[in-house]
Amino acid sequence: MQASRHAGPASLPIGSDADLAWVRQQVRQAAAELGFGLVQQTKLVTAASELARNTLVHGGGGHVELTPLDAGSSQGLRLAFVDSGPGIRDLDQALTDGYTSGGGLGLGLSGAKRLVQEFEVDSTPGEGTTVTVTAWATVVPPARTVPR
Amino acid sequence: MQVSVSEENAEQEPVAYQVSAFLERRREQIAQRWADAALFRTVFTVSRDEAVEAGRAVTAALAAVAASGRVDDIRASGFEAVRDQLGRMAASRARTGIDPDGVADEVAALREPVTELLRAEFGEPYAPEAQEAVVALTVLMGTLRLVVMETTVSAGEELIARQREQLHEVATPVIKLWESTVAVPLIGTLDSARSQVVMESLLDAIVAERARYAILDITGVPTVDSLVAQHLMKTVAAARLMGAECIVSGIRPAIAQTIVHLGIDLGTVLTRSSLEDALAYALSEQGVEIAPLRAAGAAADAGTR
Ligand SMILES: Nc1ncnc2c1ncn2[C@@H]1O[C@H](COP(=O)(O)OP(=O)(O)O)[C@@H](O)[C@H]1O
Ligand SMILES: [Mg+2]
Repeated sequence: MQASRHAGPASLPIGSDADLAWVRQQVRQAAAELGFGLVQQTKLVTAASELARNTLVHGGGGHVELTPLDAGSSQGLRLAFVDSGPGIRDLDQALTDGYTSGGGLGLGLSGAKRLVQEFEVDSTPGEGTTVTVTAWATVVPPARTVPR
Repeated sequence: MQVSVSEENAEQEPVAYQVSAFLERRREQIAQRWADAALFRTVFTVSRDEAVEAGRAVTAALAAVAASGRVDDIRASGFEAVRDQLGRMAASRARTGIDPDGVADEVAALREPVTELLRAEFGEPYAPEAQEAVVALTVLMGTLRLVVMETTVSAGEELIARQREQLHEVATPVIKLWESTVAVPLIGTLDSARSQVVMESLLDAIVAERARYAILDITGVPTVDSLVAQHLMKTVAAARLMGAECIVSGIRPAIAQTIVHLGIDLGTVLTRSSLEDALAYALSEQGVEIAPLRAAGAAADAGTR
């Protein structure tokens, strides 16, 4: 029971500011359990915060599905933000840094894309939007070293 | 008085009318028995008389509902009085930690004593007409339970909203650190409501303390996304209009990296890594320097040398 609950996907509602806080908390916890480092956790939680807020503000509410992934050497976390709102008519525009249809900074969608390894938007005008992101826990630190 | 209103309904709902008459007639006994039930007893801990009085009010309200023949309708007008009475009691139970399910159980427990009294009204307690009346009463008590559930849940929500507001206030103290220097240590989630409170308290403090430097310390903020960044920038801009310079401190390394990836430009905002550094900056701008006592002594020595 306990083990399968941890391993299986979980769905969380996104209908209020309080829900956003809960989503951030749950994503952080799931990422930590999967072995994400502090920076990776912070990046993923921040991306989740942006996308969940879009689901709430632009999509009129919805839910997020958290799915832990096991690719043998690496553990990942997939987050799917689902709403049945107005959809995104022009995705290129929506993904442009600084574009906002409201009073935001217009950095949520494009910024979230930069914070994760995999990013996909599936949106149909009039039907809704699903944004799916995946991040992987890098076990070995990147081999990029700054020469001193 | 219900009798005259319900005359016409009495034709259609003779059983409900019977129940109504019974509730009117036995109001005192019912109130006495309810006063000892958990729901009433735990709310009116000081005086049993108060519990009895509340029991009377609820019984009268139920009688009115039954007289209108709408025993299964939670919108029946008689329930207004119940909402008022039981809603307050349920809310007070909810406040003491019992959940809506618990309250519902306590309301359910009110049925038994009334049912006993109702059966006793009939010569043959299990005769068909007695059973019919008990069924009507059971439906009525079931509806009562729904009404109370409804008020409890909304009372619970109100309570949570109120606590959240209190948290907003409690969590945004503005501290005067020095002449003309104030600081707000931000802790927790910076949602829109909270950010608004932060901005208002800070601007108020800037005026009250004639502050020229305001430090926003975000060490305790777990996530800085574009909305939080936007709120910070707006607060900085507003403080600037009030003649104060804002310094944002406590940006941890993981958050700094994330902000950069998000694409947020905090270039116009003065930042320092720690509250200490921010204070040192504000002081030095005012020509104040903090030095160890011994060093000050040494400087004095140096002066005499
Ligand atoms: N789930 C969504 N449903 C509909 N429109 C969306 C959704 N997510 C994003 N958008 C659109 O994309 C734009 C850019 O999003 P974002 O980069 O997060 O900026 P912001 O939220 O600050 O406006 C939004 O202004 C909105 O028009
Ligand atoms: Mg956004």
